[in-house]
Amino acid sequence: MKPLIRFALDSVMYVARGSAIFYGWIIFLGFLSFLMLLGAYEQFTKGMIVTNYNDLVSWGLYEAQFVFLVGVAAAAVTVVFPSYVYHHKKMKEIVVLGELLAVSAVCMVMIFIMFHMGRPDRLWHLIPVIGIFNWPHSMLTWDVIVLNGYLGLNAICAFYYLFMKYTGREVNKLFYMPLVYISIVWALSIHTVTAFLINTMPSRPMWFHSMMPIKFIATAFAAGPAMIIISFLVINKFTKLKIADEAIETLAQIVTWCLGITIFLGLSEVVTELYPSTEHSFSLQYLIFGKHGLTGLVLWYWSAVVLLLAAFFMLLTPSLRKNHKLWLPLACAFTFAGVWIDKGMGLVVPAFIPSPIGEISEYAPSAIEIVNTLGGWATGLLIFTVLAKGAIGVLLGELKYRAATDLASEFSSEWQPVVHSSEEICK
Amino acid sequence: MSEPRDKDEKKKDAPLKPDEASRREFLGGAGLSVTAAALSGAGALLSGSDEAEAKATWGEWFQKNYRLMTEDEKREAVLRLEKRYTEEFGKQTTVDSAPAKEGVLFGYALNIQKCIGCRRCVYACVKENNQSRDNPEIQWIRVLKMEKGNFLAGDMDKGYPDPAGIQVGGNAYKNSGVVLEGEHYYEPAEVPEKGYFYFPMQCMQCEKPPCVKVCPVRTTYRDPDGIVVIDYNWCIGCRMCIAACPYWARRFNWGEPNLPAEEMNPVTHYLGNRPRMKGVAEKCTFCLQRTRQGRYTACVEVCPVGARKFGNLLDPDSEVRKILEKKKVFRLKAELNTYPKFFYFMD
Repeated sequence: MKPLIRFALDSVMYVARGSAIFYGWIIFLGFLSFLMLLGAYEQFTKGMIVTNYNDLVSWGLYEAQFVFLVGVAAAAVTVVFPSYVYHHKKMKEIVVLGELLAVSAVCMVMIFIMFHMGRPDRLWHLIPVIGIFNWPHSMLTWDVIVLNGYLGLNAICAFYYLFMKYTGREVNKLFYMPLVYISIVWALSIHTVTAFLINTMPSRPMWFHSMMPIKFIATAFAAGPAMIIISFLVINKFTKLKIADEAIETLAQIVTWCLGITIFLGLSEVVTELYPSTEHSFSLQYLIFGKHGLTGLVLWYWSAVVLLLAAFFMLLTPSLRKNHKLWLPLACAFTFAGVWIDKGMGLVVPAFIPSPIGEISEYAPSAIEIVNTLGGWATGLLIFTVLAKGAIGVLLGELKYRAATDLASEFSSEWQPVVHSSEEICK
Repeated sequence: MSEPRDKDEKKKDAPLKPDEASRREFLGGAGLSVTAAALSGAGALLSGSDEAEAKATWGEWFQKNYRLMTEDEKREAVLRLEKRYTEEFGKQTTVDSAPAKEGVLFGYALNIQKCIGCRRCVYACVKENNQSRDNPEIQWIRVLKMEKGNFLAGDMDKGYPDPAGIQVGGNAYKNSGVVLEGEHYYEPAEVPEKGYFYFPMQCMQCEKPPCVKVCPVRTTYRDPDGIVVIDYNWCIGCRMCIAACPYWARRFNWGEPNLPAEEMNPVTHYLGNRPRMKGVAEKCTFCLQRTRQGRYTACVEVCPVGARKFGNLLDPDSEVRKILEKKKVFRLKAELNTYPKFFYFMD
């Protein structure tokens, strides 16, 4: 038990010390999270009437984040898969960071689910045995299973790996590898099930097509690794951990091709819907061109098109893709923003317009929705920053169990306090 | 043309006779036992109401899904609610828990040829079913205004532009007949308006309800008499049912419902018109607090032209069955295979 307690204490001590930039970043995120708590209080006491949701558009900004972030979580597999299936050496060294991003993303997903619920106080009704879990009929129950399972898998994998590294022991492959392989398949399942959650409702024609799961996966594997690349570049700049260019290049190629597939699938959908132009395409028409003079999402949609095409051509050009100073981060930011628009508000909102009785009304988020959404993201990034900082400490060897290195037998040994020099701590 | 006769028909063929006398004496008759229970509940409330209120809240929060409650638990839940509503609204409230009757499958038929778009059904429904009046305003029935078919001679030549001068399509069309275009905000001085007909919509009580399938906690389900009901106390507010309903039948209590005490209807049913709370879904229940007691729904009673018919689909002599047999009937969005028990017909 002692190494475990020591691991926890050492990690807290390690993470709590940092540069001024680090503190500034934490305070900034903490402030946004605090605003979210105020917003949450407002929403949970007054009800969802503080949002701009209405009888026609009953899903909005929160569900957009939910769908998008499930994709980011699933995208951890773009780090895990090359590492353990193709034995990409450089990637393997930092695979744990991908898993931690997945953990953070699932935490964000949970936050947005809370904001989505009309009665968060009754969430226990969903818990099997004490509540009723309408499984296998309800797609939502499948989503609950896969998301919680995914959170558990990634948390266990990341923790186990880091703890072993911390105590200086070898990873037990018989335990660890099966979990890794399960998590690879599981990553695909979380996004597939999220697609099934919304595309199994014929009442919403825009979602009701079988391309949804593959489109979800392709967009996720474009936006997710784009975010991972950006965080790797930040880590390279601000910490002593140096992530190899090879690892970043592999991810950049994954982004490129998944972006290409995303664009192709988007084009296929547009042609299939708009050529015959049946009622089935009304939502898409509203999104792309506006309908009956209402054009709330038109600029939104076309900005995503421009961002995604620009990012694709930047990434296709090797000299730009390999430029880690400007072009690669820019392309990744474009990809991330483009997918966030296209698969967030651009996917969720128009499905409710027109309504099942053909009424067209517009929706724009309220101030409280925006505050809560920013806060949700800030909380997730806060979690990721803290987890990643600890993980980097372990990977660098700055955070390690002293007793293990000194003594041959780990568990019979007496615990000795770890003493960091002040230089070590301030890196 | 057939208005008066039609009303007579309703009386004559009524499978469920709405008896005026029994309606007036409802509180003294059918609901006697529940009323007595409410009285005792109110008595308990008067002695130490704070404690009772707290107990009711906790009791409600911990109660099971209604369908899985034992008879004792149901009674307890109903008493708790009666106590709370009686105190909250300052009038003696009954919460019925009558189950579905055997051999009954409720069905509805609406004559779109007769409907004049007066919306009396909409307001009768709100009055009967205790919907939130304002912010959020909730109505279970929507009456759509449909334009009668016409083609515009003036638009004949405005075909799709074609550089070769060969017209490939015309623009003289206008939507006509039953097209879902969502016009339900009409406010004319008088109805019916010339050139329009009307198309009321409400919960279709599907035999294969998509809303029930997607509910993650089984708070909404189909009772044996075919009515899709909601246990408002079990609903988690995820709105999957609202997204899944192809008929836009479900409404959400975005905020705490505003139901003025003086307008509250104190004769309620647990699965029907009892006052709701914020954050839960609701919809038409075919007025099960009435229909399970052998009465007509509020919308059927109020309709001035007799466009609305209601009855037992399992009874070959019921009015709805006769309509299915003799009239030209259709169901809305039949291609979705939801099998509504709400039929539209024309004479």
